[in-house]
Amino acid sequence: MPDATGLELIAQGLREAEGESVVTDTLFFRERATLSVEPAHIRAVLAHLRARGYAFLASVHGVDYYPHEPRLGVCYELLDMANVERITVKVRVPSTAPELESVTPDAADGAGWPTANHQEREVYDMFGVVFRGHPDLRRILMPEDYEGHPQRRDFPIGGEPVIFTYNEHEALGSSE
Amino acid sequence: MSEYRRREQSITLAPFEQQLEDQLEAGGDEPTQELLTLNFGPHHPATHGVLRLLVTLQGEVVRDVKPIIGYVHTGIEKTAEDKSYWKVIPVIERMDYLAYYFNAMAYCSAVETLIDVEVPKRAQYLRVIHMELNRIVSHLVWLGTSALDLGAISMFWYCFREREKILDLFEMSSGQRMHTRYFQIGGVIEDIPRGFAEKLSGFLAEMPSRVDQYGDLLNSNEIVLQRLRGTCPLDAETLLSLGVTGPLLRAAGNPWDLRKAAPYSSYEDFDFKIPVGTQGDNYDRYACRLAEMYESVKIVQQALDGLPEGPHITEDRKVALPPRHELATSMEALIHHFKLVTEGMRVPPGEVYSPVESPRGELGCFVRSDGSSKPARVHMRDPSFVNLQATSPMVKGAYIADMIATLAMLDPILGGIDR
Amino acid sequence: MAAGGVGVEVKRELLVGPVTGTRPGAAAPGGSDLRVRSLNARQLLRGGDLEGPNPSVHLEGSDFERHVEESVMTTTLDKAVAWARSNSFFPATFGLACCAIEMMSIVAARVDVARFGFEAFRASPRQADLLILSGRVSIKMAPIVRRIYDQMLEPKWAISMGACCSSMGVFNNYALVPADKFMPIDVHVPGCPPRPEALMHGVLKLRKMVQDDPDMGWRERYDAQGTEEIVPGA
Repeated sequence: MPDATGLELIAQGLREAEGESVVTDTLFFRERATLSVEPAHIRAVLAHLRARGYAFLASVHGVDYYPHEPRLGVCYELLDMANVERITVKVRVPSTAPELESVTPDAADGAGWPTANHQEREVYDMFGVVFRGHPDLRRILMPEDYEGHPQRRDFPIGGEPVIFTYNEHEALGSSE
Repeated sequence: MSEYRRREQSITLAPFEQQLEDQLEAGGDEPTQELLTLNFGPHHPATHGVLRLLVTLQGEVVRDVKPIIGYVHTGIEKTAEDKSYWKVIPVIERMDYLAYYFNAMAYCSAVETLIDVEVPKRAQYLRVIHMELNRIVSHLVWLGTSALDLGAISMFWYCFREREKILDLFEMSSGQRMHTRYFQIGGVIEDIPRGFAEKLSGFLAEMPSRVDQYGDLLNSNEIVLQRLRGTCPLDAETLLSLGVTGPLLRAAGNPWDLRKAAPYSSYEDFDFKIPVGTQGDNYDRYACRLAEMYESVKIVQQALDGLPEGPHITEDRKVALPPRHELATSMEALIHHFKLVTEGMRVPPGEVYSPVESPRGELGCFVRSDGSSKPARVHMRDPSFVNLQATSPMVKGAYIADMIATLAMLDPILGGIDR
Repeated sequence: MAAGGVGVEVKRELLVGPVTGTRPGAAAPGGSDLRVRSLNARQLLRGGDLEGPNPSVHLEGSDFERHVEESVMTTTLDKAVAWARSNSFFPATFGLACCAIEMMSIVAARVDVARFGFEAFRASPRQADLLILSGRVSIKMAPIVRRIYDQMLEPKWAISMGACCSSMGVFNNYALVPADKFMPIDVHVPGCPPRPEALMHGVLKLRKMVQDDPDMGWRERYDAQGTEEIVPGA
């Protein structure tokens, strides 16, 4: 992992390259480095980090920070195989406008990350974050016509009621 | 060279596009071949689990394949948010159902990092023993079912015979054959019983000769060579851009293995090699996994020989249950036990991503905790989920039979893909 | 039989009826053989030995009844068919998740399902009559399982293997459906995953159920009244 100074240097390099407001926060916790960036610049940030050696995108996943806004977060785990260093890039989008640029396709501003294809679809399916420019954005794990985004914190967990003797009559009566 | 081989070489086939053009020219305006989209699965004997593939065929040549998943989506990550940290372990184990110790290891190491608790050395060695045995089990089931797909049906019984021996060992140490709940946060739940070491040594003594037998049966088999050698290769750069890790990447020549690159849980104490392929075709994928079984046996032997004395779980009572004899004498132990069982452990807020090397690649676990006794988000970065994206580039332009062989060599586990 | 063919000797002999000593009717060559056999059978039924000292013992009344009970097995056709059906299940290959691995273990050598004759797992549901639902049934998969169950020909049985399809199992959440909600299940096998011996026990229990009660009420449970095939012209 890049140590704390390394993380600050990377953040510094990013700010110089992309602009002052791009990096909102750096966090060095338990030997792991996290960069929080503005959602609008995600492609540029990943391209910059790729140039620095973090060429492997290990994981793209979503987090729901309910009830804090901006609520939906997307984390990109990057790995530098040559130096065995990992860095996490985190963006947060509000649930009122859950849109983000997709990093999957190759676009005018640089090469894409094909590995993010299914993973962004999963974030869309489970959290409702719409990835602009994704080649094939549809539900991947739930049925195509499912309503709702299951892994949001305010989505009920669902399931069947466990039938004990005290509630067996209502439970069975309603389902029969 | 045999007569058969000589006869084969006299037939030359033009590449498919050329053949199609020739046919169009010969047949006039009507194209004699058209594209046919076929649905494979989700119930199909050749897929490893409920994987659905939409295959666009031109004759028998695959032009495009689209995997459709989600048929065994269990909402494991959502269920994990509802349970206390140590109760998540049985739920998360059932994700990648052939590599259950690895699921638990990834999760436990993430939570241990969050809590900042140290796992004792003996527990680390025991974890390595069980993980490498699980790697052998996973590769055995892969080998049995893949050979079944290719038609070498007897391999299935030989591989499952070895698997039964390893499951006996798991049953000895934890009481269950699969999904054993053996790894806990802070170590392992119980020390190994008397007789485990002897039985394990006996198994390790005979396992290399068994893997030799599998090699003898399949390595130079004409049919295996024809079906696997040279079929569906993919180079390492494309694999890296698709996020593929594990034996698939190693077969293509890139020796990336987290056990060597970023050792965790005392892997740096052991001396083992990483099998690497040269061409990246199906045969190399098969050979890599077969060679990994030898290496896993070596690791388990070293771990067993060097097993240190000590506690099998951390002594921190806020994280691990106290031993039962203490409950009768110590009030603090009783209180800790009560708190741990009813409420669970409290984990300081933070987010951690912790990867391990599972039999299929990089298995990572992301845990976000908000300070309470239940995790706020658990996400497993499953290797099969990401590796599945490599199916389409691999099989474009190959025959259906090659597609089946490639799927077998890809080793997808749908429980991990769908979670 | 041309010269140089298989060395089979053909002998022609007059067959003499054993008891009466009469020559059997020499009308049709095949018929005489049958007549001899039926005469022998009738004699055996009456309690006589063909070669022994008492060739012409005739049993009467209760002796005859007891002799028949001891030497002849009677059954209803239903029971005979049920015995045949229960000993020749053709399971469908239907593995969903972790339980599928343990289901593969019962085909393996330690718990060998071939001992009972069930090792012929058919890939096509049209050829199978036992559906072993092994693993968790998600909401995306449930209509497909139902479709496969519908494609199977009657009589058919279903075993719900493991906790996930019997009840919700370890995961009581939005994504799973217990199998009882959309198809009739005959045997539930608990476990997570059930040991291969446990699954074998479940299969054998089903076998016993089918042997004892050929009907098993699957028409009522499946609500399949009126789905019998109408043969045209009948």
